[in-house]
Amino acid sequence: MSGAAAEPGLLAHFSYFVTIFLLVAGLFIVIARGNLIKKLVGLGIFQTSVYLLYIAPGKLVGGTAPIVSDAYKVYSNPLPHVLILTAIVVGVATLALGLALVVRIREAYGSIEEDEILQNETGAAADDAR
Amino acid sequence: MKNDLVLRVVAKLLIPFILLFALYVQFHGELGPGGGFQAGVIIAAAMIFYGLIYGLPAVRKVVPEPLLESMMAVGVLIYGGVGIAGLLLGGNFLDYFVLDPDPVHGQERGIFWVEVGVAVTVAGVMLKVFYMFADRGKVDLS
Amino acid sequence: MIINVLLVLMAAVVVALTRSRNLFAVVVLSGVYSFMMATVLVAMDAVDVAMTEASVGAGISTVLFLGALYLCDSHEAKPLHRPWLPLAVSLAVGGVLVYGSLGLPIFSDPQAPIHRHVAPHYLKEGVNETGVPNIVTAVLASYRGYDTLGETTVVFTAGAGVVALLRRRRHRQEGRE
Repeated sequence: MSGAAAEPGLLAHFSYFVTIFLLVAGLFIVIARGNLIKKLVGLGIFQTSVYLLYIAPGKLVGGTAPIVSDAYKVYSNPLPHVLILTAIVVGVATLALGLALVVRIREAYGSIEEDEILQNETGAAADDAR
Repeated sequence: MKNDLVLRVVAKLLIPFILLFALYVQFHGELGPGGGFQAGVIIAAAMIFYGLIYGLPAVRKVVPEPLLESMMAVGVLIYGGVGIAGLLLGGNFLDYFVLDPDPVHGQERGIFWVEVGVAVTVAGVMLKVFYMFADRGKVDLS
Repeated sequence: MIINVLLVLMAAVVVALTRSRNLFAVVVLSGVYSFMMATVLVAMDAVDVAMTEASVGAGISTVLFLGALYLCDSHEAKPLHRPWLPLAVSLAVGGVLVYGSLGLPIFSDPQAPIHRHVAPHYLKEGVNETGVPNIVTAVLASYRGYDTLGETTVVFTAGAGVVALLRRRRHRQEGRE
């Protein structure tokens, strides 16, 4: 991991740059948009770009999938695959729970927009205070 | 959607093959890409497809709620059971080489049962979540 | 090369997704994004991960989103404030990450540390020790089996959580006061 290899590698790092762009886009959707479902979509985009960031260093040019057979000599690294497999399934489990919460919020507050929920809540609190 | 002829016929043709493919992915997960997670999700997808075309009561007759809820738990129990079996037969928790006199065969046996447990739990959870979302509709569709 | 082309397409899809306010279009675009991600993963030799991402990300996720969308509104309201602060924060995070990624090894460098420690052992001894040619399954179920037990428990807990949240009691009116 020497810094001297970074200069000619600016084009080699292009895939990392696009992955970081996807990560930042997902982060932007989560913090900038008020709709709860869109936030969950943004979270999903954030998670998938992190998967890419993990699997990209494991690939070897000229390698193949890590299924051992006699015809191939070079295999890509199987360890990131294992981690990311777990991460994908945990991600969908979190998504299911998040969507269930959104449905309950919609039934309780009548809206899934953050601003409207805050207005309803402060309005209800002001009514209770009076 | 159960009044649409094309959708009904295509669903009836495709769903057995989807389930067969799920079994293939499950059992060939050791020789090629695949494994428990993918197989469980494909089984759930086939059942969701059936539910989308024929309606929730129809798919509830095929996969009733008590079966689904027990599937969710039985998968984790199978996995834990393999671990406990390793304990009872002399090794540590989740040791597979004690499951059979030949250690490599024991590993294969352990991996097989573990993947079955994972597939059962994942299929049960995905289908159950679909049932919960579809059941909470605003309008009463039947 | 195909990886870079697909990544640029994915970036275009994400930009369209950010700007769209029709939630149905957003959900469909996220399904398209997941499929393209699965293709990129196949190009990176991660075939198990690609199968899981295609079935879970483009299959189950889309169904769950559409189910939730059916129960809520399907249109996003116009944002009240201009998102300057979130944009600045995101760009700052992106800048820091780009600076950090310059220290990463070159794409597919065989001398990278990731290929040095345990991975060669798994690749060489995996078939002899477990009898399973798919090394990802062998590592997932045998070498790192304890993690997979935790993951299965997480899936079960999520299912139990959704049941607890969305369970209906009999004789309850729709829409609480």
